[in-house]
Amino acid sequence: MTARIHPAWWLLAALLSIYPILANDFFTLQIGAYSLILGTIALSLTILAGYGGMVSLAQLTAAGLAAYVLPIFGTNSQGVLGIGWSHWLTIPMALLVGASFSALVGLIAVRTSGIYTIMITLAVAVSVFFFTRQNYELFNGFTGYAGIEAPKPFGYDLRAPLPFYYLCLIVAAGFGLATLYAARTPFGLSLQAVRDNPRRMAALGFSVAGIRVLAFFLAGFVAAAGGILLVFFNGRISPGTIGVDVAIDILVIAVVGGLRHPIGPFIGALAFVLLETFAIDLIARERFNSLIGTAFLLIVLFSPDGLLGLWNKIRPKIGPKISRPSLGLAGPQTGKTPQFDAAETQPISSREDTG
Amino acid sequence: MGRTDALSRLRSSGQYALELEAVSRHFGALIALAGIDLAVEAGERRAILGSNGAGKTTLFNAVTGDFPVTAGRIRFFGEDITALPPHERIRRGLRRTYQISLLFENLSVRDNLFVACRGVSPHRASLRRAGPSEPAAELAEMLAQAVHLDAVLDSRVGTLSYGQQRQLEIGMALAGAPRFILFDEPAAGLSPSERAQLIEILGALPAHIGYLIIEHDMDVALRVAATVSMLHNGRIFKEGTPAEIENDPEVQALYLGGGHD
Ligand SMILES: Nc1ncnc2c1ncn2[C@@H]1O[C@H](COP(=O)(O)OP(=O)(O)OP(=O)(O)O)[C@@H](O)[C@H]1O
Ligand SMILES: [Mg+2]
Repeated sequence: MTARIHPAWWLLAALLSIYPILANDFFTLQIGAYSLILGTIALSLTILAGYGGMVSLAQLTAAGLAAYVLPIFGTNSQGVLGIGWSHWLTIPMALLVGASFSALVGLIAVRTSGIYTIMITLAVAVSVFFFTRQNYELFNGFTGYAGIEAPKPFGYDLRAPLPFYYLCLIVAAGFGLATLYAARTPFGLSLQAVRDNPRRMAALGFSVAGIRVLAFFLAGFVAAAGGILLVFFNGRISPGTIGVDVAIDILVIAVVGGLRHPIGPFIGALAFVLLETFAIDLIARERFNSLIGTAFLLIVLFSPDGLLGLWNKIRPKIGPKISRPSLGLAGPQTGKTPQFDAAETQPISSREDTG
Repeated sequence: MGRTDALSRLRSSGQYALELEAVSRHFGALIALAGIDLAVEAGERRAILGSNGAGKTTLFNAVTGDFPVTAGRIRFFGEDITALPPHERIRRGLRRTYQISLLFENLSVRDNLFVACRGVSPHRASLRRAGPSEPAAELAEMLAQAVHLDAVLDSRVGTLSYGQQRQLEIGMALAGAPRFILFDEPAAGLSPSERAQLIEILGALPAHIGYLIIEHDMDVALRVAATVSMLHNGRIFKEGTPAEIENDPEVQALYLGGGHD
């Protein structure tokens, strides 16, 4: 079942690779790299929601906690903590912190479903936000940390526009492709099967909770990678970075982009960043959220599968019939969107044995 | 483990696939199962009859652990499984089908069966892709053939016909190495030719695999089962051979009278 790769993907890869050569620094960083970073964090949610049917609002929190590891154990300009460990140590630590935190959230959330998962993960996100704001010993409270630098292997600054863009591209593409690969592994199929029917999964010998927690762990790893890039990008981190408003932005990015394919969150992130950057010229700053909200509503109304679904809908009309890029996603694009409503297909009473 | 328990386990080990001791299940004030005692030998094939709401499906849910029991004990090949979660019971060789199909609608038939085969194997959720020569992949194709779904192997399950979904439901329960299977109305809604296929599949199961089958159609039930337990209002009402049950005046009265209470 080796899937053929559609030429459109090669074209996209080529385009992304030469993009910073064509673009100026602003477009390379503020649009290109930033979209890839937000896309990576949103990919974490796509993995959970699209493949696992679990909407977690705590994925940005996982990214943020991973990001905090760098100034706390590495260096910062705040004069608080900053143990000074090298990036070789702090980056793996950050990845592990993000993944473990996410797994912990999963452990709490797996017993719930639908809207209750959203509520519990939201509660976690809110508590961590307030904790980081009030805690000065570890998180330096409201101020957070600044002066966080990207690695300079052999004196080569990874934060310079070109290298940083390519770093983000490699990380984003790496996790995107890994997601596609994993979707067809026994684990990936199990996760999608759990999304479709958890009760049957138990009746096949699977530990539903185990699969869900593993999914949270892996998604947390992806989020952490995004968080690390984000803290290099900004050079600073504070509670505002992991606020609930931003967590909602990540949800919007994932849903608007489309949950059915790992490219979705990146499309969503690009749309979001473009809107955020250029809408300012057209409308007042405080109207931005209304604009995002309206765009979100329109897209969800007209294309439940997000921009990705929109593309799949219009493509047959604009070009000669080309076969769909079959990179091997198990849930075909024609399928129905995963349902997140609280009324799951299982009878209420089947929940009491898992409670 | 107490000595009495040890002795009773010794006595029953190997002989019985399934033993229920005073199993009850309440839903609030409703008593769906009222102290069921049942012993099914290894390899035995038994039909469970009973009118709507008699508690047949609840009995299956109790055995698989889909719903915990309110009271009583369940042993599977001598081992007390009353407190085990469903997936642990399945890993011990128990399988079931559902009265209302519970399938993975967005996955293909192949993937449904593949997942079913992996569920009872070690490394069930590995992060390495399985090659085409992987046992579970081959087994999935074999099962699809057995339940007459090889033509739609790569179709999304949500697009299958009702009859095909019912057949997949059976295929899922045959994955791995089942020791005992619970079939919940597998023939309901099937066409006559699909019914014949079902009877053929059940007949083709190796002799050591026993099963319970809930079936309203007496003709089907009596052809695939050697013994019959009749359930009524959450109790075992009659047990016997198909002929005994069929000719029992009380059973006849119950069935002809609609038998709701
Ligand atoms: N999850 C549940 N919550 C509340 N009551 C339930 C539940 N499941 C079953 N019951 C009740 O328990 C009783 C037995 O139901 P069960 O589904 O076991 O019947 P059945 O013998 O399988 O009937 P049928 O032939 O209609 O499938 C019924 O009165 C039913 O309403
Ligand atoms: Mg029933």
